[in-house]
Amino acid sequence: MKKSMIATLLASTAIAGSAFAGDLVINFDDTNPAPKEGFENAVAAFKAANPDVNVTVNFTDREAHKTAIRNFLSADAPDITAWYPGNRMAPFVDAGQFEDISDLWASDPNLSQNFEAIKPTMTRDGKQWGVPYSYYQWGVYYRADIFEQYGIGEPSTWDEMLSACDTLKQNGVTPFTIGTKYLWTAAGVFDYLNLRTNGYDVHNALTAGEIKYTDDRIKATFENWKTMLDRCSFVDNHATMSWQDAIAPFASGDAAMYVMGNFSVASYKDAGLTDDQIDYFPFPEITPGLARAEEAPADALFIPANAKNKEDARKFLSFIAQPEIQSAWNKTLGQLPPNSKAEVDSGDKFIMQGMQTVSTAAGLAQFYDRDAPAEMAKAGMEGFQEFMVKPERMDAILKRLDSIQEKVYK
Amino acid sequence: MKKYRQNQQCSAPWVFLAPALLFFTIYVIFPIFRSIWISFYEWDGIGQATWVGLANYVELLDDDRFYTSLKNNIIWLVCFMLAVPAGLLVALFLNQTIWGMRFYKSMFFFPFVISQVVVGLIFSWFYNPNFGIVGKVWEYFGAVPPSILGDERFVTYGIIFAGLWPQVAYCMILYLTGLNNISSDQIEAGRLDGAKGWRMLRYVVLPQLWPATFLAIVVTVIGALRSFDMIATMTRGGPWGSSNVLSFFMYETALSEYGFRMGYGSAIAVVLFMIMLVFIGYFLWVMYQDERRT
Amino acid sequence: MFPRPIQSRSSNYQLAYKILVPVALFIWLLPLLAIFMTSLRPAADINTGNMFGWPSEFKLVENYLTVFRESQAVTYFFNSIKVTIPTVMISVSLACMAGYALSIYRFRAALPLFFMFVAGNFVPFQILMVPVRDLAVQTNLYNTVTGLVLFHAAFQTGFCTLFMRNFIKALPFDLIESARIEGVSEYKIFWYVVLPLVRPAIAALSVLVFTFVWNDFFWATVLTNGEATKPITAGIQSLNGQFVSRWHLVSAASLMAAIPPVAMFFAMQKHFIAGLTLGAVK
Repeated sequence: MKKSMIATLLASTAIAGSAFAGDLVINFDDTNPAPKEGFENAVAAFKAANPDVNVTVNFTDREAHKTAIRNFLSADAPDITAWYPGNRMAPFVDAGQFEDISDLWASDPNLSQNFEAIKPTMTRDGKQWGVPYSYYQWGVYYRADIFEQYGIGEPSTWDEMLSACDTLKQNGVTPFTIGTKYLWTAAGVFDYLNLRTNGYDVHNALTAGEIKYTDDRIKATFENWKTMLDRCSFVDNHATMSWQDAIAPFASGDAAMYVMGNFSVASYKDAGLTDDQIDYFPFPEITPGLARAEEAPADALFIPANAKNKEDARKFLSFIAQPEIQSAWNKTLGQLPPNSKAEVDSGDKFIMQGMQTVSTAAGLAQFYDRDAPAEMAKAGMEGFQEFMVKPERMDAILKRLDSIQEKVYK
Repeated sequence: MKKYRQNQQCSAPWVFLAPALLFFTIYVIFPIFRSIWISFYEWDGIGQATWVGLANYVELLDDDRFYTSLKNNIIWLVCFMLAVPAGLLVALFLNQTIWGMRFYKSMFFFPFVISQVVVGLIFSWFYNPNFGIVGKVWEYFGAVPPSILGDERFVTYGIIFAGLWPQVAYCMILYLTGLNNISSDQIEAGRLDGAKGWRMLRYVVLPQLWPATFLAIVVTVIGALRSFDMIATMTRGGPWGSSNVLSFFMYETALSEYGFRMGYGSAIAVVLFMIMLVFIGYFLWVMYQDERRT
Repeated sequence: MFPRPIQSRSSNYQLAYKILVPVALFIWLLPLLAIFMTSLRPAADINTGNMFGWPSEFKLVENYLTVFRESQAVTYFFNSIKVTIPTVMISVSLACMAGYALSIYRFRAALPLFFMFVAGNFVPFQILMVPVRDLAVQTNLYNTVTGLVLFHAAFQTGFCTLFMRNFIKALPFDLIESARIEGVSEYKIFWYVVLPLVRPAIAALSVLVFTFVWNDFFWATVLTNGEATKPITAGIQSLNGQFVSRWHLVSAASLMAAIPPVAMFFAMQKHFIAGLTLGAVK
């Protein structure tokens, strides 16, 4: 009897306690050291400014988070979750799982003025759904020391890249590393080849389901990819490696280039490479004269519609939209702050080059698996992976993608 | 008083059964029917479900990934059956009484106790052509190591081989117990008739081992059709879906990063369930025959 | 005995056999030895490709401490315990009662119900996945230890009931008859006559269910997602993502996940095997 009374008492105080303290639960999607640290610092700054809010962060591995989110949004919603803009947020927006925060975008001094460039990707149905904290360039990361050793310069055209590959292969270095076990890395290569072969509009039309995969223009992209596989071969066995596994041959000097996003720089350094050994160049031009578009996916935070503490969640989102927070966070991350008033880390050569590349681009793509609907993206990326190993199956793969496209975009 | 006791004898079984029945109905029986029901809908798990009739099944018939998975399921069923004779072989090998045999037997059984996730991790590392055992062995012979998990021709067999390791251990323990209990009279009688080796095994030992064999087949069939953990850890159905099986394909379609088609996933699950039902029917029939005899 | 006892063979043959058995065992357990050795290695060995040679240094303690420090492995481990123990208790108790009901009483539904438990035990998990997840979501049990426990307990009840029913059926029925004649109530018979007799079965089921549930990966992925509830099997998966190419740490974490069922197995070997092989002999 006594015991149960104590239990009731404990339970009631627990409930009361949570109501007063303002619990804020955040599901964050990266367990790698730098992103984790960057986010933890931002949270610490928020706590210092809002001592009455009790913040709890659940860190999940990126791949696991992608599957978990669909479950926790409906079942056990946190107050804030990490997710991606573009088509990737579409299913949740359409299903009413994300909170409309257009009011915040209208009233917050930062969001209303300093996020113009990125606002369209955060917008669906004319409303805004999340706050981006970072974005990053993609491109080719390469071993500067190896390039120097064999007298190779940064290629800016397709021919220059192919001849750079020839030189590397003659010296026993595999030109590119990649790990396609989780598929999306292959999409990075495809996106660039397609953006450089056909340009931004054709690429968008493809991911929007407006042109077929067997279209001659897309075929041309795959023909270029074939050339790349042939002359710029990729590491063997990439179908069994994750993107992090693929760093090993890059770090050991067995491979010299990596088509990747800038978030990978921290991992190269973790693998023992120094700033002098690695460098970056934008993916070279293929069709001469084509306006240069880039991949620049953004990472953002969203408020689930089922969140319990939306008030503090809004407070948090508006807090992390501030230029100082975005500067510091992205400095740790080694990425670009979406807030145009935020400072870019001028000591980081990758950031400076990325800023340069992205700000002069004619168009920004989010990434194949964010631009295309999920089911198409999955099938497409499986096709890319298969093509990279079995290029002779090109026609069969493209035909298959056509039939899936027909089903998905009906 | 007598009446009360008779009542108790009638009501008691239901009282004893109630909790188990309740649990089992809520979590096992009811969901089976609900899955069948959901398979007639298009549903993303968060929005509204739309009745589509047989559309999911029609789509399935036209889905290459479904046929790949089905084919792999059959390969799994056939190859996994190797665990039964292999288990018998190991059991025959170990059925001796030398010093430390108890220890040996339990060490042989060891792999079965370990989680399949761990087994999957170990083997994907072994199979790695760059730094796994396979790589080392091939290099030793001066050959280029194959990428077992990256090659559509080998990948399914590679995973099955890893799965056989614990499964053989399981079958072995079933046979060891069986061997322990066979009648020595019949063995002796067989010996007097001049039976030995293979003939003895075939005509005297195996018939007595039938209960063990039956159980070994049951657990192996179930193991083969449930192969999920290994595929999820080793390849996630890759490369390009070539090692997929129905169980993982279903999960991928219904709950993974790129798919949330509950209805379509349920349709796959129903097909898998129907395949299993054939075996379940057979097992129950054998059990029923047994029950009638006793 | 079959095959012919080794003792009746020549002494050379016996010697060869005695050498062959440990050699075979060594090969059989090679995968485990390899990960054990790897979990002792320093990171340098992994990077220089010394994967199978003798470790250049022994870093057992450091590696395990790194796993604890850099990951949530300890949380995962305790989550597994929190899921496994109650599941064992619930499913075994339910099965004792159900098994008793199905074996002692003769009523028309007994056999069909028994077969229902048996059949349910064999169904593929995927046919349950969507509704069970949905149920968990609707009852607010998604991503909770309780949600996992309830499902596992229900599912394992099928297997346990199959086992218990057969076990009790093999008990001498006279005991129960005579108790009834003496006027002992049905509930007291269960408690004072049957339960003490099924102790070995309870032990066997407990270790088996412990192992099954501990090693479960599928339901852990379907019904949980957070660090706070994720059991070790699902945890190992995410550790694998986190400790990329640091095989010494992945190995250490994997071994840690394997310890409880292995310990359970060695401590209760007799019951464990008796449980698994019930039905292998007639």
